[in-house]
Amino acid sequence: MSAEEMFDVIIVGGGAAGLTAGIYSSRARLSTLILNEGAIGGQMVLTEEIANYPGVELTNGYLLASTMKKQAKEFGCRIKSNLKIKSYDLAGDIKHIILEDGREFSSRSVILAPGGRPRSLQIPGEEQYKGSGISYCATCDGEFFTGKEVIVVGGGNSALEEAVALTTHAEKVTIVHQFDQFQAFQHAVEQAEKNPKIDFILESELRSFSGNGVLKEVSLEHLPSGQTTVRKIDGVFIFAGYIPNTAELEGMVKLNERKEILVDEDMKTSLPGVFAAGDCIQKKYRQVTTAVSDGTIASLSAAEYLRS
Amino acid sequence: MHKIQGNNYTLKKDKMKMLHTDLQEIESAAELEKMIAENENVMVCCGRMGPMCIPVYDLMEELQEEHTNIKFAVMAFDSPEAGIIRNDEACRGFMGLPFTMYYKNGKVARATSSIQNMQQVSAILDEQFSTSTVENA
Repeated sequence: MSAEEMFDVIIVGGGAAGLTAGIYSSRARLSTLILNEGAIGGQMVLTEEIANYPGVELTNGYLLASTMKKQAKEFGCRIKSNLKIKSYDLAGDIKHIILEDGREFSSRSVILAPGGRPRSLQIPGEEQYKGSGISYCATCDGEFFTGKEVIVVGGGNSALEEAVALTTHAEKVTIVHQFDQFQAFQHAVEQAEKNPKIDFILESELRSFSGNGVLKEVSLEHLPSGQTTVRKIDGVFIFAGYIPNTAELEGMVKLNERKEILVDEDMKTSLPGVFAAGDCIQKKYRQVTTAVSDGTIASLSAAEYLRS
Repeated sequence: MHKIQGNNYTLKKDKMKMLHTDLQEIESAAELEKMIAENENVMVCCGRMGPMCIPVYDLMEELQEEHTNIKFAVMAFDSPEAGIIRNDEACRGFMGLPFTMYYKNGKVARATSSIQNMQQVSAILDEQFSTSTVENA
């Protein structure tokens, strides 16, 4: 292993919260490193149009993320992305993070901003038929299902809104949801209910995908009765919510039952010198602006901790 | 900036650049054919500026700094010229953006549909181009 690199602040995650913390920390002349497991920008790049980011006219998530990344780098923040973190040691005064490729980084403080990711169903055939019938983006892939029959999995705003959007292309859209009512806002439910191309199957879950190179069938379980049926289908769009990327942090910092990190108003976690920000923390509203706010507070709190 | 059919097009002299990346953008089928004829190893991601495509561009930008023996490029899925990829036999049954092509000695060695992560792409580069991912700079 190469010599361990030492920083004042290591930020885990390169979404809106992490990049903001990177901008503030590096501008405060703290040596700052962002370690990011995915693409820079996080969930922000999934947003095609951003019209309500104060001070910025209509933009998209990719451009906003690119600008934040450029700002952070110009202040001296180092950014490493598309990597995999193997382990954390956050308990002592000096924090250690080891990557799967053997590189090791240390710091006097850590800001956890790993964000969240779309929830997959984790059932047989899901990985095999991704891109060959299974999709997580109606805007991206809807046109491949023109005149076909698709299932949308989920009961939140994304699921219902995307189901309505898919009717532009698909001949028939069936929404499959595990509960007997939807979590989406009432206006989204009404839009779906009045669309003649949309059907609903409630209290049911998909159990497996099958086909012959492309998706052909799904098996579907009706939860109250336990009865399983096989249904021919051309495509399945999965919008089953998001889960925080905190699995590796369990047992280190306090999490709630949804595996979100518990923080106080200064973004302090249960460990001294460890702060958290963005979609990974317990909070009600998840917007780019709230992530930016979290990142700012976490960075300022980390700076105060380092001075004390 | 001109907004046409939901995509942002940036005027670049007499050309239209459709994808905002730091990767070389192929604008014609002839240009792609020339690239795969002149380079032993070529990876081309054919997509849009969407949530399934951007993460692949992002990791390609990192990989191109490390793998000088591979030519990395992007091509706009909505360009009529991208039919050379959309209609390739290797893409039969593909129903998820982006379509990512790996060319070895002028021929398609592998093609994938939908989003891929760094581990998946690196594994394909190792397998097809006999290379391994180098540490980030």
